[in-house]
Amino acid sequence: MTQLAAFAAELLAGRIKVIDLTQTLSPEFPTIALPPEFGQCAPFRLEEISRYDSRGPAWYWNNFSCGEHTGTHFDAPIHWVSGKDLANNTTDTIPAQNFIAPACVIDCAREAAANADFVLTVAVIEAWEAKHGRIPAGNWVFLRTDWSKKSGAAYANLQADGAHTPGPDPEAVRFLVEQRDVLGFGVETIGTDAGQAHHFTPPYPAHFYMHGKGRYGLQCLANLDRLPPTGALIVSPPLKIKGGSGSPLRVLALVAS
Amino acid sequence: MTAKLPPPQRKNPLLPTRQPLLPPSSRSRTALGLTAAAAEGRFALQVCADCGAVQYPPREACHACLGANLPWREVPAGGALIAETTVRITADPYFRQRTPWRTGIVALDCGPSVVAHLHGDVVPDGRVRMTLRLDKSGQGVMLALPGQDTPDMQDDRQMREMTCDPKGRRVLVTDGRNAFGQAMARAFIDVGAAGVFVGVADAWKPFPGQDKLAGEVVPLDITDTDSVHRLAASLGGRVEILVNTALHVRPGGILDRRDTVTAREEMEATYFGPMRLAQAFGPVLRSRGADGTHPACAWVNILSAYALAPTPTFGAFAATQAAALSLAHSLRAELRPLRVVNALVGPLDDEWHQAVPPPKVAPAALAASVLRALRDGIEDLAVGDIAQDLLARWKDNPTTLARELAAG
Repeated sequence: MTQLAAFAAELLAGRIKVIDLTQTLSPEFPTIALPPEFGQCAPFRLEEISRYDSRGPAWYWNNFSCGEHTGTHFDAPIHWVSGKDLANNTTDTIPAQNFIAPACVIDCAREAAANADFVLTVAVIEAWEAKHGRIPAGNWVFLRTDWSKKSGAAYANLQADGAHTPGPDPEAVRFLVEQRDVLGFGVETIGTDAGQAHHFTPPYPAHFYMHGKGRYGLQCLANLDRLPPTGALIVSPPLKIKGGSGSPLRVLALVAS
Repeated sequence: MTAKLPPPQRKNPLLPTRQPLLPPSSRSRTALGLTAAAAEGRFALQVCADCGAVQYPPREACHACLGANLPWREVPAGGALIAETTVRITADPYFRQRTPWRTGIVALDCGPSVVAHLHGDVVPDGRVRMTLRLDKSGQGVMLALPGQDTPDMQDDRQMREMTCDPKGRRVLVTDGRNAFGQAMARAFIDVGAAGVFVGVADAWKPFPGQDKLAGEVVPLDITDTDSVHRLAASLGGRVEILVNTALHVRPGGILDRRDTVTAREEMEATYFGPMRLAQAFGPVLRSRGADGTHPACAWVNILSAYALAPTPTFGAFAATQAAALSLAHSLRAELRPLRVVNALVGPLDDEWHQAVPPPKVAPAALAASVLRALRDGIEDLAVGDIAQDLLARWKDNPTTLARELAAG
């Protein structure tokens, strides 16, 4: 039996579970909130074309619209200015091989519950490695915060001084990129960076360093609490948008039961 | 004296709803001058430019000198009731629903004698104040009011066919996220609306005034078709006045923008938004246009006066307002017997007009103007000095105004 046939057999037998890490694309789902004078990411919208009616008697379908960074979405390196000149930095040129990769899941749910501004540091990563082993090159690193269990205002958590949501500090991102050679960084919040990351140096370090080195981002993930610390295989191909900076996508995790 | 109108009674669900019929609506093109004046709350008749004779009914040639130059002018509105009758039997379906109906002949101080609907407090041989009003067909008709105001005169049955008094009615203010929607909601509560629903989009995003919002907050995002239809499904049959306060003003001309992203947002909010509202709420509001003592009666649009002609510094925005104004004109035809009120506003006193010097329209001033228009049955109003000036220049010569504004 080939490796793939064995994998398929495990999948069919239900010994490999498929876990959906995706938020439902809906008009109400929060998008990144920028000052209103900046260009804005379009929210998800659905317009019915027909529904078994005079507009199309036997079929139902919709047009939808949204931004590349709406809902659960993939960030390509070209999204950030630091990655703008890299090769294969857009959704249509990223090697397809990179769309299936294992993930290490760092559980900081307790810390994020206690502090919305929780920051992932190198020390936290090293503590995780002491327990679960060194993060292998080419892996996704997912920050589990259980933030996806929140909704609406609590999820966006916008205060007068901006959003307050967890994320990595600049050194942690550099560590993951330069010392661990990760494939990318995934989070449950609206951005890979902390809500207050515009005050970090550099601002938005997860975007700056990850994309600057050609790595990827996954945002608005869900169900990270159902993943093991290591061993989950992530399937995350974005839409093949020509020159795209990212795209909404379905993110699946394969987990051995 | 007019009896005070009691609050609306709950409906007997076994009885069919009175259909929203329309009074006769055919008018000659010339006679539409009465309608145009009525829409603005002006009492205007044709006045012969040659001999000064005031004309009634509208005509092509002066009844006194046969002169053909008969411009519409505001004329003195005083008069005396010289004859009256009460219609009890009629073949017209609209008036059959509403008999008995008082009409009379009023000798105007400015000359002609006119046929008029009579307010209940107008007495035989008494002095009257003549007004031009829009009837349920949206056509200009004469309504004679008593010489002096009387208590509760707004509650007169015949007059209420020509006004949209918010008292006792339920109002949907579509956008409570901005100060104008918030002031509008407060103003409706203050004048005794039976209920004020205030739409709030993106509830996950805090906004100024959130803690002091008057009225019952309902989820509504007019850029989201599903949101509009869901609210219409739950609320559509319980709204008699809809005021669309969704604003999306962004400065900038065409070349400043470099893209169509912001313009699309503006079109979503100011053109597709009202279209969604109309498709979701329009049919049910129209169907309740003669329902009970407080039928659905008005649809209010807040539009920039630059819909008439654009100012280049807000050029992209102005284009969306022109589209919205055109949509509103079409809605008038489709929503009858509802009144479609277009409030043209000058620059608003908000964060998007920081660089624009006063005079600017304050939230409370806009709300007060809209309420006055509803009570007086006005359909076209310009709010604030700038809007009134623009409208006057536009009426004088639309092409000249566009050129003037383009010259900066």
